[in-house]
Amino acid sequence: MSADKLVNGLEFLAATPLLWLSLTLGAYLAAVAINERCNKMPLLNPTLLAICFVVVVLATTGTSYKRYFDGAQFVHFLLGPAIVAMAVPLYRHTEIIRRSAGALLGALGIGSVTAILSSVLVARSLGSDRELWLSMAPKSATAAISMAISGQIGGIPALTAVLTISTGIAGACLASYVLRLVGVKEWHARGFAMGLSSHGIATARAFQENEVAGTFAGLAMALNGIATAALVPLIVKLLDRVG
Amino acid sequence: MRSASENTTLAWQEGGRTLFTIFVLITLQLIGESIVQVSGLPVPGAIIGLILLYAILAWRGEIPDEMSRTSSFLLQNLGVLFVPAGVGVIAYLPMIATEWWIILLVLLVSVIATVAITGLVMTWLSPRGIEAVEAAAR
Repeated sequence: MSADKLVNGLEFLAATPLLWLSLTLGAYLAAVAINERCNKMPLLNPTLLAICFVVVVLATTGTSYKRYFDGAQFVHFLLGPAIVAMAVPLYRHTEIIRRSAGALLGALGIGSVTAILSSVLVARSLGSDRELWLSMAPKSATAAISMAISGQIGGIPALTAVLTISTGIAGACLASYVLRLVGVKEWHARGFAMGLSSHGIATARAFQENEVAGTFAGLAMALNGIATAALVPLIVKLLDRVG
Repeated sequence: MRSASENTTLAWQEGGRTLFTIFVLITLQLIGESIVQVSGLPVPGAIIGLILLYAILAWRGEIPDEMSRTSSFLLQNLGVLFVPAGVGVIAYLPMIATEWWIILLVLLVSVIATVAITGLVMTWLSPRGIEAVEAAAR
């Protein structure tokens, strides 16, 4: 093959969405294989590893995020149908959900306030400026919701998106250790804590642990989206009054 | 016991229903998005789609096998669906470069506190015997 043909071939590869789609799936499959070889160690989260692989490939080949996303959007698109599909395990586990309805609401209220207050208070005590702590307040809600809240209260939605996804990854990596440390063993409680604190990415992790855990994580994610939208503006108003 | 070739035939036939299941999931999301557009509800359209699918399942009183399989496929591999958005975060890293240590500390403290407190409250408030229901569901 002549050098000309090779260059043409490479340009074709970089332009086709197939390349970036394959890279996304391949990176994730490799990440899962590594994770499984290490006894499914939560710190080696497959989503996090796959993101790192892809970022390294994009950086070394000088590929823009836009070009990558043109191909990878087919994967991203499936998030919607996946959320709809969560109705299936929710329906299958209706009985456990009904029996723990009171616990759910209590944990939702206390958990949601903890997520918002802990981030705002720690950020303020470390001297963060107003835009930063406002952008942090809704970070435990799923990205679509947290970005909307951020814009509404005067934060920076793009920064909130970064903080939200980072929160998801942190929860997926750390939640199992934290829950073991405090002695929370039941799947429904573990899943609920993961989904409330760290939305979709931790819900993915919970589904890998156990179906009940995943179901409660999904439920917590949905409920905390609503709770965060209601609580963040209130808490910001209160804090402004206190000063 | 079915023979290997009979199993292959069955698996082949079931493949035909996957398209219908995917059609249902996508259409329900579309209906959800439309409802959000028209009503201005502050909820993602997919969540409305989820509620609609739940209602359909409750009305039917059972989960079709193919729906169970497709939902398991999507949810067991949920992690890969966040990779494209996660890669996008890197584009915004310069945005947090100056305050990265505040952000890291806040994320760690907040995630650990939220997970621990939510998990503990959930355990304390849950009725006894919930684990038995869990075990029966498995």
